[in-house]
Amino acid sequence: MNEIYVDLAVIGGGPAGLASAISAKESGVEKVVVIDRNSWLGGILPQCIHDGFGVEEVGKSLTGPEYAEMYIKKAEEKGIKFMKETMVLSFNKKLQILAVNKKGLYTINSKSIVLATGCREKTRWHALIPGTRPSGIYTAGVAQSFINLYNIMPGKKVVILGSGDVGLIMARRFTLEGAEVAGVVEILPYASGLPRNVVQCLEDYEIPLFLNHTITLIEGKERIEAVTISKVDENMNVIEGSEKRIECDTLLLSLGLIPENEIAKTARIEIDDLTGGAVVNQDFETSIPNTFAVGNCLQVYDTVDVLSIDAKTAGKYAGEKLVYGGKEKFNCIKVVPGNGIRYVVPQKIDRTGKVIISLRVRKPGENLTLVIKAKNKEIFNKKMPWVNPANMVRMEFNVSEEIFSYESIEVELK
Amino acid sequence: MKKIRITCIVCPIGCKIVANKKDDKIEIVGGNKCKRGEKYAIDEILHPKRMVTTSVFVKNGEYPLVSVRTSQPVPKEKVMEIVKEMKKISLEAPVKCGDVIVKNVAGTDADIIATRTVNSIPNSV
Ligand SMILES: Cc1cc2nc3c(=O)[nH]c(=O)nc-3n(C[C@H](O)[C@H](O)[C@H](O)COP(=O)(O)OP(=O)(O)OC[C@H]3O[C@@H](n4cnc5c(N)ncnc54)[C@H](O)[C@@H]3O)c2cc1C
Ligand code: SF4
Repeated sequence: MNEIYVDLAVIGGGPAGLASAISAKESGVEKVVVIDRNSWLGGILPQCIHDGFGVEEVGKSLTGPEYAEMYIKKAEEKGIKFMKETMVLSFNKKLQILAVNKKGLYTINSKSIVLATGCREKTRWHALIPGTRPSGIYTAGVAQSFINLYNIMPGKKVVILGSGDVGLIMARRFTLEGAEVAGVVEILPYASGLPRNVVQCLEDYEIPLFLNHTITLIEGKERIEAVTISKVDENMNVIEGSEKRIECDTLLLSLGLIPENEIAKTARIEIDDLTGGAVVNQDFETSIPNTFAVGNCLQVYDTVDVLSIDAKTAGKYAGEKLVYGGKEKFNCIKVVPGNGIRYVVPQKIDRTGKVIISLRVRKPGENLTLVIKAKNKEIFNKKMPWVNPANMVRMEFNVSEEIFSYESIEVELK
Repeated sequence: MKKIRITCIVCPIGCKIVANKKDDKIEIVGGNKCKRGEKYAIDEILHPKRMVTTSVFVKNGEYPLVSVRTSQPVPKEKVMEIVKEMKKISLEAPVKCGDVIVKNVAGTDADIIATRTVNSIPNSV
């Protein structure tokens, strides 16, 4: 066993991990190491070769690899150490990380840990599609890595289930690579990806979008040969007689992303069932002191820009806490989602001053008000001209000392 | 006169804008929640442009491909032609992020730029 001693270890070298490593280093932490199982840094971004990254953050529309390169360069300049091709297996409450690479097993003893393990794609089992189990069924992101990183074309005639952004972008990518995309099938009455991607990835190439439809059968013995799509009613029940058979050799699933927290669970970090990520305070500290969660393993963000902003906040705070102990703490109060709200991050608050609350609403709406209540008393409100579950809502909230006389505050939509 | 429907992509609301086109004159009928939508719809009807992102083969590199993009959006009807042209190219590693791969691609005034660094094999693991 190899023993290593560091001040701060970041698990995951995607944009979230890199951004928090950089700001921890900037706040004076000496030995910062980023651990990643890939041979490259940047996480999922090198395979996202389309543009649209960084618009809010740097005012330019960068491609995924360019956005990653910006952070990789900065991290290298700051003298951050990298352990690539190294898989983290577990860690414990003493902040000892167990990791493995070609040279063997490592114990990495750290004073602070940032979890930045990203997210995973939902699979066929999340959609419970009946039929055979042939080859040729991929999640959209796996197909994206085949085409964009490894130069492997998964198939020639494609059907895509789910209209998330990765699926839409892959519809265009397959078309540009000479394949035929027979259609994108979406169970909801609207596309779940951005309008921008519906226009530029489907409409530009006249790819049909089947709204209110789902796949009810997969055919094929060795390789997938066809799918059957059916219309659903407003309760999402399949309408008999609406079946349509589409021949294909490839099915892509773009059903959404879920936070990846296998490593967090090995240390028994408290997980929020609503987000699928860790329970954190306003500075992204989890239920284990000096352990932080950032990026898509905390909550699935809409854009990498906002994700990086939060990751920097976490890294800065983790750094300050190591260097001088951090800000003054109060007793911890809970932040709970009320009417119309699906989830909130942070789930707890334990200091005064400016905090940013991220949340998602349950359904689309116009001219509403977001309200923060403590024991039925309204303490904050914000007008919302429009809300949509697909767009994360962010609100800045100034925490004053009085709040700590309550046990919890509730966020609701009126 | 032709009725055209455009989805505005300037902000996440995605208004459905309706416009009338007569020769080269565009009249916005409505649907846009703000002024920005008007400009977008007119540009989109008269001169639709797109950024092209694809990849190019690399020999002796740590990865078989390098991702590339156009330096600016190009006329929509040129997209396929540019992607096909990129398929014919094969570069020698190393390629640096920001390198110009092709100048004035397909006569559009746009260049093709590498968006990732691909080192040559001896430098890689
Ligand atoms: C297929 C796919 C496509 C996407 N496309 C877009 C897009 O087009 N635009 C957009 O804005 N967002 C996109 N996203 C969302 C994207 O995940 C975020 O924008 C951003 O990359 C998330 O950053 P991150 O650092 O949280 O995670 P990631 O970029 O996923 O990085 C996590 C890193 O942690 C590493 N890791 C995880 N577990 C371990 C372990 N046990 N040991 C060692 N290393 C580990 C992984 O190898 C990975 O490098 C996409 C996501 C996916 C899954
Ligand atoms: S018209 Fe204005 S409000 Fe509507 S999508 Fe375009 S920019 Fe947004």
